[in-house]
Amino acid sequence: MNLRKYLVLVLVMLFGGTGDVLLKFGMQQRGAIRFSHLVPDLFGALGNPWVVIGILCLIAFFASYLTALSWADLSYVLPATALGYVLVALLSKYLLHENVSAFRWAGVLLISCGVGWVTRGPALTEPQPQGSQHEGQTLRSPQEQHELA
Amino acid sequence: MNSLKLWSAIGMIVLASSAGDVLLSSAMKRIGDLDELRVRSGILAVIVRIFREQQFLMGLACMAVGFFSLLTALSWGDASLVAPASASLTFMVSAGLAKIFLKENVDRRRWVSALLVCVGVVLLAQ
Repeated sequence: MNLRKYLVLVLVMLFGGTGDVLLKFGMQQRGAIRFSHLVPDLFGALGNPWVVIGILCLIAFFASYLTALSWADLSYVLPATALGYVLVALLSKYLLHENVSAFRWAGVLLISCGVGWVTRGPALTEPQPQGSQHEGQTLRSPQEQHELA
Repeated sequence: MNSLKLWSAIGMIVLASSAGDVLLSSAMKRIGDLDELRVRSGILAVIVRIFREQQFLMGLACMAVGFFSLLTALSWGDASLVAPASASLTFMVSAGLAKIFLKENVDRRRWVSALLVCVGVVLLAQ
């Protein structure tokens, strides 16, 4: 893990969180999806500019997410990018004016602990001994190996 | 009734996006480090390589189902309930699927992290 890779993880959480909130903002302006008009209502939502910007953010999220998955385990990337949900809570409070209670702040704290905890561990599962000379072996820093021991 | 409708949509999001996550992760591991590939052969080659991977396309289809379920659910309930509820469940389901199908080493550190994030996300919905 180098600075560049951590930057990709940061982009995953920024674009993911922003995209979700923009989508919600746009869908709120548009009104509820009706079951009887499911398909036209869903595609009609694509006419809202906030929904479109939200989707663009989610495309950027997807590109950085794929990049992260190309060099890290799924069970590492998912918790490591969970700060995006903290971002959703903050944006919900300041942009959508939803109430953020003490419970929610406790949630923010727990998520931050989880993120801090997983990012101190190895990012990639060690290849099997009979496997080819994959670079995964070099991904652990000496410090991380020491912590695992 | 409304809450049943909302939670079915959330269940749909969780199932579709966990399956999508696992397929995408598997596809990306087969392709290898995207940064290195981009440096070697350019961004266009990376995109072509990704779209030729069958598991990627299957993962993308799952994600699309998850995404439209999310759009639907978001119009029925608070973003601060729908996004956290579906995410928290997706964390645990994906970690389990990653262990089973991707043979990832989901050790105590990762389970604890997934659980912390999961509980945290549930608290966010309060």
